[in-house]
Amino acid sequence: MSLIELVDLGYHVDDTCILKEINLTIDRQEWVTIAGPSGSGKSTLVRIIASLLSKTSGELNFDGDPIELYDPITYRRRVSYSFQQPTLFGNTVQDNLQFPYDIRQMPFDRDRAIRGLEYVGLAAADLAKPVVDLSGGQRQRVALLRNVMIYPEVLILDEVTAGLDEENKAFVWSMIRHFNEDDGLTIIAITHDQAEIAAASRLITLTAGKIDAGGAQ
Amino acid sequence: MNLAVNNQSLMLALGLVLIALAIGWKEKLGIDKDMIIGVIRAVIQLFVVGYLLKSVFKVDNIWLTLTLILIIIFNAGYNAKQRSNGIPDALPISIGAILISTAVTLGVLMLAGAIKFIPAQMIPISGMIASNSMVAIGLCYRNLNAQFRQERQAVLEKLALGADLKDASKDILRDSIKTGMQPTIDGAKTVGIVSLPGMMSGLIFAGVDPVRAIKYQVMVTFMLLSATSIGSVLACYWAYKRFYNDQKQLLI
Repeated sequence: MSLIELVDLGYHVDDTCILKEINLTIDRQEWVTIAGPSGSGKSTLVRIIASLLSKTSGELNFDGDPIELYDPITYRRRVSYSFQQPTLFGNTVQDNLQFPYDIRQMPFDRDRAIRGLEYVGLAAADLAKPVVDLSGGQRQRVALLRNVMIYPEVLILDEVTAGLDEENKAFVWSMIRHFNEDDGLTIIAITHDQAEIAAASRLITLTAGKIDAGGAQ
Repeated sequence: MNLAVNNQSLMLALGLVLIALAIGWKEKLGIDKDMIIGVIRAVIQLFVVGYLLKSVFKVDNIWLTLTLILIIIFNAGYNAKQRSNGIPDALPISIGAILISTAVTLGVLMLAGAIKFIPAQMIPISGMIASNSMVAIGLCYRNLNAQFRQERQAVLEKLALGADLKDASKDILRDSIKTGMQPTIDGAKTVGIVSLPGMMSGLIFAGVDPVRAIKYQVMVTFMLLSATSIGSVLACYWAYKRFYNDQKQLLI
């Protein structure tokens, strides 16, 4: 059984059609890359999958059940969405890494946070570092770490490497590969990067709100 | 009582309005019409209220007093709603918040023996409480609207991480409640130093011993802090959920 199944999914705002007849299945631990020109509906599609928007037609099933059966909060804890230019909350790195615990009323796992920071090239002392002092690459790493402090089942990445230099880009992708291969997370990633598109194991191309015929490899 | 305001002195005081009108005209502020309408409305409204209160105080009927208090609360709620800039259900939210803040504050004052259930005390005090609550709630609405737009990205990211609506809006809520209460807190800090507020000034003006007048003003300060805090908290907690739909998605 597929983890995520989209059947004739559509989305329109008033008379403007943004997405139409989207049919797509994504298996557990699969890595799906979504590409397409600006305005083709990529972000809208993943925001619908992340339950930040609601489809206006068709079906979206998760783990065998229609999305309507899930409480949106519980669902978003299983299907986590990471933004292109993330906003870091509060004052320090710890404020961000602690947020997923706070919203679940769970005690903060400091050891896990430190291990995570060391994995992304930061140090335990950086927990107290003000977020304003982080570089662009560090901000993106901390934001991604925030998404996986408590593992979701699906990680949706909306152009998370856009604007990063090659070194940071490579690092972020190695992080995501680790989440996918070692920790079993399903990855749905939007990208414009030609190298990332060329390396995609499964590529979906959207044009004008539709999946290109033959665009799904 | 040593008050000496009569119709003739009121007419002479109208000269003060002419000064304001002259400034508006000279500086081309374009507020002449608004100012004239405002002055005419103020005079008519105050005279009507004056005569109305005179008869209500004379009748001294519990139901009539309660009806007038409810009218004050409805009007305050309606005015607060006008500042909501389209927040759904702003009218019932405003009326509910002002009703509860007025009822709790009046209840405590009556239990404490500070005021009695007589129209001459209940109606003016209700008006003070409701108008301060109204201003506080209006400020809360303005801040909620501004903050949800300004912090849209952060709210979306919190939702995407699985935060519930309260966690996603916590900072905005805190800031909005603070904004609603701030004028009352600032007023409490400067009372007696910068301003001699309405009630205290009125009592002194009417010949009451200033020390006695101060006791009333202390009561008013406590009362307004309570009213604006209750009003702001209730209005913000009821209104913030209207920025989301049933699927817990941000509507902005």
